[in-house]
Amino acid sequence: MGKKLLLEHINEPGIQTFEVYRRKGGYASVEKALKTMKPDDVTEEVKKSGLRGRGGAGFPAGMKWSFIDKKSDKPRYLVCNADESEPGTFKDRYLMEKIPHALVEGMITSSYALGAKTSYIYIRGEYMYIVRILEKAIDEAYANGFLGKNILGTDYSLDLYVHPGAGAYICGEETALLESLEGKRGNPRLKPPFPAVAGLYACPTVVNNVETIAAVVPIVNMGGEEYAKIGVGKSTGTKLISASGHINKPGVYEIELGLPVEEFIFSEEYCGGIWKDRRMKAVVAGGSSVPILPANLILTTAKGEPRLMTYESLADGGFATGTMLGSGGFIVLDETASIVENLYTFARFYHHESCGQCSPCREGTGWMEKILHRLHHGHGKKEDIDLLLDVSKKIEGNTICPLGDAAAWPVASAIRHFRKEFEEMALKHDKEELVHV
Amino acid sequence: MAAKFSDTALAKANQIIARYPEGKQKSAMLPLLHLAQSEFDGWLSEEVMDYVASLISVKPIEVYEVATFYSMYNTKPMGKCLLEVCQTSSCWLRGSNEIVDHLRKKLNIEVGETSADGMFTLKTVECLGSCGTAPMLQCGSDFHENLTIEKVDELLEKLKAKGERSSYLKSLVNS
Ligand SMILES: Cc1cc2nc3c(=O)[nH]c(=O)nc-3n(C[C@H](O)[C@H](O)[C@H](O)COP(=O)(O)O)c2cc1C
Ligand code: SF4
Ligand code: FES
Repeated sequence: MGKKLLLEHINEPGIQTFEVYRRKGGYASVEKALKTMKPDDVTEEVKKSGLRGRGGAGFPAGMKWSFIDKKSDKPRYLVCNADESEPGTFKDRYLMEKIPHALVEGMITSSYALGAKTSYIYIRGEYMYIVRILEKAIDEAYANGFLGKNILGTDYSLDLYVHPGAGAYICGEETALLESLEGKRGNPRLKPPFPAVAGLYACPTVVNNVETIAAVVPIVNMGGEEYAKIGVGKSTGTKLISASGHINKPGVYEIELGLPVEEFIFSEEYCGGIWKDRRMKAVVAGGSSVPILPANLILTTAKGEPRLMTYESLADGGFATGTMLGSGGFIVLDETASIVENLYTFARFYHHESCGQCSPCREGTGWMEKILHRLHHGHGKKEDIDLLLDVSKKIEGNTICPLGDAAAWPVASAIRHFRKEFEEMALKHDKEELVHV
Repeated sequence: MAAKFSDTALAKANQIIARYPEGKQKSAMLPLLHLAQSEFDGWLSEEVMDYVASLISVKPIEVYEVATFYSMYNTKPMGKCLLEVCQTSSCWLRGSNEIVDHLRKKLNIEVGETSADGMFTLKTVECLGSCGTAPMLQCGSDFHENLTIEKVDELLEKLKAKGERSSYLKSLVNS
């Protein structure tokens, strides 16, 4: 059994309540930080831990915190990104629903490190039932002196609020999220300035994913160095993986980074193998935005080494033969699944979610959806495959925010690894054409 | 008649507005639109949007811009129960197409339409964070997961028997 740092007490009856959570050692990180550490000491521990952002990009959390402009006389904000809308990802929902105090505790300890007096949890609107769960946990934290004025009798004060979004994947992008939190459409901002300098209300702001913030709790409790001993190389600690698709046991699993991919997919402790005794065809390892890999390449790298669940190992081989850990949304496709139709669902998704600011993204995602629609329905031609690639290349790197790239990568990788399948779909059309002539 | 919140809803609205710094009451836009949608029959009319604009001292156009951007806001009337079926990859891999087809036939409507009795509106949506319990649909704030045709039929019966508008707003204010 791997170490559990976030979900250790998940099955404890009543862990949603303050009382049980506290009895299990909850809020110790707040006591330790506020009573025995300076704010910068907390940041230092997070740096030492090697914790990388769990929202998708994997940026070192401690480094991000150290960028926050502490010389500015404006208020500073911590905003938790609970927008979780990357297809295949549902770990934040699980954590917030099952053990809401873990996020509340992480928010308090992290806000203290950053010197924030007001913090917000921006949660996707569709998770409305979790808004209530979080608000209840927050109320309990206030009632027990962990939020509000002079927390635990120190001179640190903090208010924490939950803010619902309203259905827009793009609001997961941190600057779009801040626009949305300011009551506007979720149009990403041009960077720089980065949020650490000018974020919410043009004040210094840190945006972190739910899981990143929850991980600060064990880091402060055990110390950054101890945390960094878990994992492999620059992939330290544990990670929540959302496993879905054609496996026997879909669900959220906390793994120690460094677990072999093969063990994750086939062992009873995790996914329990492919359903219906079928064979595995492909895996989307880190949410819809990352390159899809065929079964052989997800299990071993092109060099023939076993692939591990780490940022580095999954990326081994670059985009030619590798992928990314991303948000940890692990989608498994069995031998019966159509790669073309799977890609079509992604293309439709990105077209629907494009905010429309940049023409390559707005128009390109529409084109990709249209072309894939006809390929999947057997109306496409062979030339469509290269047209699709061409459109994806024209989006990549030419947009304000990474949604454009996120829409392009799955297309390029699916064609790279499964071109034959696309050609077979196109052939259907060409054959029918001949019959008509 | 101009739209107006009940006293309870207005108290909630003011509590929400107070969560944001002085002069930044526009930040209350999204939560207030949720509150308004749940108070006024599940959709946002121009009148309702104008009212929300007045509560946070912004121009009506600023509210329209937002209401039309986010997929959870309805700018036209909806059936009492909005059935939102996820159709993205993980749900599709586990049979969401069959769920949509079944609902279309059973309710005798196409996606985007409302049943003749005004009870159901059928919508397809993108990933709702329920991929591990696919296929799924959301109705109000409830997630219905690991769906089968039988489960869908049971749900329709239950909703019909209840006959009420499904509520999606659980809470938005600390007690
Ligand atoms: C289109 C798009 C969608 C994103 N969605 C999310 C999301 O739902 N949740 C999240 O934490 N980060 C998301 N991100 C990443 C955020 O921009 C940001 O990097 C992250 O919240 C930072 O937190 P972390 O460093 O703790 O990961 C998204 C990025 C893009 C470009
Ligand atoms: S890349 Fe797409 S989503 Fe991002 S800002 Fe441009 S149009 Fe909007
Ligand atoms: S793909 Fe349907 S809930 Fe995620």
